[in-house]
Amino acid sequence: MSAIFTVTMPKWGLSMQEGKVNLWLKEVGDRIEPGEEILEVESEKISGAVEAATTGVLRRQVAQADEVLPVGALLGVIADKDVDDALIDDLIARFQAEFVPPSADDADSGPQTQTVKVGNVEVRYLKLGEDVAGKEPLLLIHGFGGDLNNWLFNHAPLSESRAVYALDLPGHGSTTKVTGIDSLDGLAEVVVGFMDAIGLECAHLAGHSMGGGVSLAVAKRAPNKVKSLSLIASAGLGSEINGAYIDGFVSAASRNALKPVLAQLYSNESLVTRSMIDDMLKFKRLEGVDSALATLAGGLFAGGRQSAQLVAAAAGKPTLVIWGENDRVIPSSHATAIPGATVKVMPGQGHMVQLEAAGEVNKLIGEFIG
Amino acid sequence: MARKITYQQAINEALDQEMSRDPSVIVMGEDVAGGAGSPGEDDAWGGVLGVTKGLYAKHPGRVMDTPISESGYIGAAVGAACNGLRPVAELMFIDFMGVCFDQIFNQAAKFRYMFGGKAKTPVVIRAMYGAGFRAAAQHSQCLYNMFTHVPGLKVVVPSNPYDAKGLLIQSIRDNDPVIFLEHKALYTMEGDVPAESYIVPFGEAAVVQEGDDVTIVAIGRMVNYAKEAAANLRKKGIQCEIIDPRTTSPLDTDTILESVERTGRLVVVDESSPRCSMASDISGFIAQEAFGALKAPIQMVTAPHVPVPFAASLEDLYIPSPARIEEAVMKVKEYR
Repeated sequence: MSAIFTVTMPKWGLSMQEGKVNLWLKEVGDRIEPGEEILEVESEKISGAVEAATTGVLRRQVAQADEVLPVGALLGVIADKDVDDALIDDLIARFQAEFVPPSADDADSGPQTQTVKVGNVEVRYLKLGEDVAGKEPLLLIHGFGGDLNNWLFNHAPLSESRAVYALDLPGHGSTTKVTGIDSLDGLAEVVVGFMDAIGLECAHLAGHSMGGGVSLAVAKRAPNKVKSLSLIASAGLGSEINGAYIDGFVSAASRNALKPVLAQLYSNESLVTRSMIDDMLKFKRLEGVDSALATLAGGLFAGGRQSAQLVAAAAGKPTLVIWGENDRVIPSSHATAIPGATVKVMPGQGHMVQLEAAGEVNKLIGEFIG
Repeated sequence: MARKITYQQAINEALDQEMSRDPSVIVMGEDVAGGAGSPGEDDAWGGVLGVTKGLYAKHPGRVMDTPISESGYIGAAVGAACNGLRPVAELMFIDFMGVCFDQIFNQAAKFRYMFGGKAKTPVVIRAMYGAGFRAAAQHSQCLYNMFTHVPGLKVVVPSNPYDAKGLLIQSIRDNDPVIFLEHKALYTMEGDVPAESYIVPFGEAAVVQEGDDVTIVAIGRMVNYAKEAAANLRKKGIQCEIIDPRTTSPLDTDTILESVERTGRLVVVDESSPRCSMASDISGFIAQEAFGALKAPIQMVTAPHVPVPFAASLEDLYIPSPARIEEAVMKVKEYR
């Protein structure tokens, strides 16, 4: 007898308690392959697609559009087409009878962010997944103005077969804000110190945007600590960058000023929700963030040009380059800068390709690092 | 790094961080040190409810107990502000403001204007407000509307710990007189608050939750009641948008207007009595600016026009409740 699979409300980020079903992307009776998008869900922070983990036929849409359900709630059922309807109904009835929604307190008992001191910088990081012998951990490094939540749709899926760390760079997230750092190498110095502090001898690095540049700078500074490089819309591979975006981001002090700036990051601008803008404003209003970002932008992207060129740092490292074809911050023409790298330019995608096309990016990185 | 602290701790932290950052910031009021005169911290209560606890020992000479003479020390705070200090004066209960209206309405609020912009008056007056404590008619009022009425004053009514800290820091750094009002019932409310210093700007409403069916504008403690009501209404398929103005002066009319133009339905929740209230003010503004967008008459959920009753059963009836907010939303939703 073939198995019946449940599709449940995902948990995106530590604080997600419930999500809203936006719309079904598959109809009952549709054939589904692993990695295919089944339905779209919206959390307080962001909307995204729930992907199939299995092969089968969508047999039931248990949750309806616009329904708000707790994390873990039953959304749909996938099974082979010859599985008896009664069995499926039976499973749904049992699931609903036994399902206990997570309470707010459970959020405190799951994985928690931690901090570690690197010199006078207190670095916040989140580790997901278990250490696996023979598999170097993966370290995720976010971009300019971002934080470890930029990996919301990547961190957990990638951690199924290894330990995966994500950190907040200096001046970002909950890491120390005022450091005076104004170069990729300055950031890389802290990342190397972070790896030493938590006992990471060698790791696969995946960096987005400025974080890609930081990954390259780490490879240059401490080649032995870098197993491979996965560079997403990376800085350091050419001189072009959207100066208006950088300046707009640094100077925006209100929702109305920030919204059009953030919209440039996405191919689907409706992803820029009010809650995303509010969270970004909260970050920007922390004491020291303004000057940290301005200092960094001045050192890295003055006059709308990237100052650091780090193509050579990838020499000898297995390198994967991922880019959204329609990236409006760093042009996808930079994708082919590294000789011998595996390059994937994704049509229709923008700068935040790891969020907007998370399934495909996860698959690419997962297969690349093995 | 954000962690959970109470509204009361958030206010204490804002005072502490601003006193550390700027030596011109002082704290004064009745019992704000509480036990001044003795050297130790042991008997320094830090206000009737302990909001200023710990500041007396940490910032020697800058936390001053005053006589029980509001007209005297509020006047002194206004004068000190004109002369280069940034006093945060605590007036305990907003109900006692009456004895120092001249100092506030006629002096502090007017200096910048009457001296052609050459004078600044960076004073903050903190006070508790609100009913629900069996404290009777003289210790329970919601008078933010009276201060909102006076040009030259800024009026702040935070509804949660995050806003309380950021708005108090902004209040202290602001060069105009600010009336900073704390609902007694919120002191124990917990929420995520960054340990770092940060500001929440004046005149920027928070959209507490988004929804397309009905706009609820709620103030102070009522924001939390609106959230309760909205959670119930969501089960009935009604999506409420909740707007918390955070400051009643300046008032972020743009955010309210934008929302009502989309939903066409407005409920204003205000713990004050109804005449000349924020509820009537916001309703009047929307009736004038968005009449064409309205699909139903605006509903105001307020206290009745009577003094706050002492009898517990009556006081409970006096305060707007989540159930009354729900009723009002149903009324505007079902109008047509």
